[in-house]
Amino acid sequence: MNLSLLVLVPLITAVAVVFCKGLNGIRWVSLVGATVQLLLSFGLLALYWKERAAGNGAAFLFEYRHAWFPSWNIWYHVGVDGISIAMILLTAFVMEAAILVSWAIKPMSKEFFILLHFLSAGAYGFFLSLDLFTLFFFLEVSVVPKFLLIGVWGSGRKEYSAMKLALMLMGGSALVFVGLLGLYYNTGGAGGTHSFDLMSIAQMHIPVEVQRQFFPFLFVGFGIFTALFPFHTWVPDGHSSAPTAASMFLAGISMKLGGYGCLRVAVFLMPEGAREYSPIIILLATIAIVYGAFATMMQKDLKYINAYSSVSHCGFILLGIGMLTRTAIAGAVMQMISHGLMTALFFAAIGMIYDRTHTRLVQQLGGLLKIMPFISTVFVVAGLCSLGLPGLSGFVAEITVFMGSWERAGEMYRLATILACASIVITAVYILRATGQAIMGPVKDTSFNGLADATWNEKLAGILLGIGIIAIGVAPFWLSELLGPGVSAIMDHTGKAL
Amino acid sequence: MGVDIIFSLRQELIVAAIIFLLLFMKIRSAVYGTEGVLHFINLLLLVNLVLGLFASGDATLFSGMFHTSRLIVLEKNMLNLATLIVSLQAYSWLKDHRQVLEFYMLLLATLLGFFFMISAGNLLMFYLGLELSTIPLTALSSFDLEKRRSSEAAMKFILSSAFSSALLLFGISLLYGATGTLDFATIAGRLDGSAFQFFAFIFILSGFAFKISAVPFHLWTADVYEGSPVSVTAYLSVVSKGAVFFIFILALYTVFKPLAGSWYKIIVLLSVLTMVTGNLFALRQDGLKRLLAFSSIAQSGFILAGITGSSRGGEASVIYFILVYIFSNLGAFGVVSFISAQTGRESINDYKGLYATNPLLSWVMAISLFSLAGIPPTAGFFGKFFLLMAGAGKGNFVFIGIAALNMVVSLYYYLRVIKAIFMDSQPEPMGRLKIPLLPKIAFLVCVAGIVMTGLVGGIYDYIYSLSIGF
Repeated sequence: MNLSLLVLVPLITAVAVVFCKGLNGIRWVSLVGATVQLLLSFGLLALYWKERAAGNGAAFLFEYRHAWFPSWNIWYHVGVDGISIAMILLTAFVMEAAILVSWAIKPMSKEFFILLHFLSAGAYGFFLSLDLFTLFFFLEVSVVPKFLLIGVWGSGRKEYSAMKLALMLMGGSALVFVGLLGLYYNTGGAGGTHSFDLMSIAQMHIPVEVQRQFFPFLFVGFGIFTALFPFHTWVPDGHSSAPTAASMFLAGISMKLGGYGCLRVAVFLMPEGAREYSPIIILLATIAIVYGAFATMMQKDLKYINAYSSVSHCGFILLGIGMLTRTAIAGAVMQMISHGLMTALFFAAIGMIYDRTHTRLVQQLGGLLKIMPFISTVFVVAGLCSLGLPGLSGFVAEITVFMGSWERAGEMYRLATILACASIVITAVYILRATGQAIMGPVKDTSFNGLADATWNEKLAGILLGIGIIAIGVAPFWLSELLGPGVSAIMDHTGKAL
Repeated sequence: MGVDIIFSLRQELIVAAIIFLLLFMKIRSAVYGTEGVLHFINLLLLVNLVLGLFASGDATLFSGMFHTSRLIVLEKNMLNLATLIVSLQAYSWLKDHRQVLEFYMLLLATLLGFFFMISAGNLLMFYLGLELSTIPLTALSSFDLEKRRSSEAAMKFILSSAFSSALLLFGISLLYGATGTLDFATIAGRLDGSAFQFFAFIFILSGFAFKISAVPFHLWTADVYEGSPVSVTAYLSVVSKGAVFFIFILALYTVFKPLAGSWYKIIVLLSVLTMVTGNLFALRQDGLKRLLAFSSIAQSGFILAGITGSSRGGEASVIYFILVYIFSNLGAFGVVSFISAQTGRESINDYKGLYATNPLLSWVMAISLFSLAGIPPTAGFFGKFFLLMAGAGKGNFVFIGIAALNMVVSLYYYLRVIKAIFMDSQPEPMGRLKIPLLPKIAFLVCVAGIVMTGLVGGIYDYIYSLSIGF
């Protein structure tokens, strides 16, 4: 399968949207584009299983290389393993749902959808890249569309949030950039050509001093994208100011770019650096988990609740990566998928509630279950997934992270694991409290009584993401089987350093 | 003159021919319709650009005074292209101007000067070319004849230019004393790094630093850029600066190569100072021209970072970046110039809500600013990436880290403009402006250049294949 299709389809859709007239044409073209993308992703999954069943044991499948800047030895190089396919599927799900919930976006609907498609093209490209230059290119592609989406269509302090997000993410990219250059100039050895190629760098031995020097750049740089404490401050502002679709995309996909980068680039290419810095990563991740959970308890705005809980949940991703055991890393990847689906569903539900009631404050809502049963159900499902109810994806991912963390012996690691586990209780407190006040109980504001439930497109979006959550929660083995070889490859490489 | 000489000099000869043609038109004192003349001149400039594109080989003329190579021809073509774009964009300003022919005579005279300067094989030739371009440039910057600011800018410009020329000349004469020659190739052989030679080099470097507005020699830039007509500012910031960078890198990489150990540190220092100062001043500007002036100072800092690479990649990345910079900076200046000519408004506040009435101009501005900020998929991303990548080749990662952080800072002020255009609104928004054909073509060329120069990898590698290297 030609993987570049995954980048081209959103771009072609964006161009097609330019020539559309009227909101109806724009949104249907967008939906068709996103659906084609979703089908392509499933097709990719099927082809991947077929190849693996046929005994193809290559680390990356469907590779394609094209010399881009030969004098720098820069290639456009794409390929997928199980981890990237899982991330691509996640992106396709969230994108489809994001278009469905933005069905009536105004004003400037054309620009909105174009930017959204552009954003998704960047995400697909990032997950496909096997060349660090291509990867960095796609990482930065997504910064500006986010800025515009938040600044133009957002709410509240949107300009401030948009600027903060753009600058902090650019700061992250700058760190990644320095890290990548440091890596590049230390490849090839004496007289050899330098390289950005992921697989060839993995086979070289990068000197330990170099790893010590540049691992923090790469890890912190990517970490900023995934709300590494103390660089998480863009998350609450950015998410809560963004329009619904952008929040879904930001929390669902963009934050995962960071986690994926930490794993695929920082840890995979610099295993010794990862081992040396592992205690610090775990410390920061634990702080993010506990602090994020407590901060969420204090929030009154539903979007802020989900945004701060994202800080806490993304802490699990970093914790899993920092623990450097096979199970923990598999759990971290699962948490990326699970959190992506769950948080997108949560933001979708909050957006639907806000569109109708024009408030997101928990104490002003109440009894929504009686007025809009579907939306309330979606909200509750997302909430239960967030607090780790068995049967939903959150439980699977978190328990895997915890089991993996426990495998790492040592008092500090045990303590971190216990603290992270304990944070689930806090999660339960804020989720159940928000649900109890906003969804259950009597209707507080009688003017809400006549409000309509979800429309067909919103229902479809909710169902789509809900299916993803339940599919992972009920039958996690397919996901762990999909991720298995990729995680093993990373661990085979990293394990040598441990 | 043999055919070879004519062929090697063809770009200079064509420009000179156009100047004389315009001169005859002026002397005939017939009355021409301004718009007709503008179309005719733009056609001539297009012919000039196309004729320059023919392949050619290396040549050395006039006993080493004048060099040409495929790289130099490419550089001249880039300058031709930039001049054509500036001229197309100046259409809406010039069509109400009385002295159109004079404007183009002066403009092309500077271009001719730059051609001789970058082809120079001798310090005298270099100085001659530089002065041939500087004096008409000051006249151009006072071309808003009724505006006092414009005359003020010209005055400041000529004084600071004279000062920098004096520094340069002093340096050249010292160098002559130290080496006994003015020929580039011979100088390189006679440099041994003695303190006296280094002293001479510092003066020459200061002269260059003036022209590329490197900090601490940048003080004239903002005032001159602000006072001059926008089209002239665009020309100054792209063509003038680009040409000086072409000869600067040649001088550092070939003539002053024996002093590389010393100039490396100086250039790193200049680069950091220039980036930081340019960016910090740009943060607080409300006038777009001043903002772009300081941003262009900061961009010089990035180009200097590429020069520190001291490698073939360094040279290629600098030339490539200047190509990218031509498209991106002229895109931004083109919008400012067009809006300024139509409405006279030049501050960021005036651009609030521009998108509602002028989507095309807004997107051209946005894409150009993204390219200046180095955001993919625009060409600016590739340009900046390669400059810093070349700079990192020396292993000085503290320096590269500072440069990378500067990119973040610069993003802030570019996004401020984007924010004004797309997110803000104002009580009296700009009306819908109709864009005439010629500026429209210029915008299209800029946007196409910004999109294609980066994504099409062949362009960089073509430049790389022509580069001589360190």
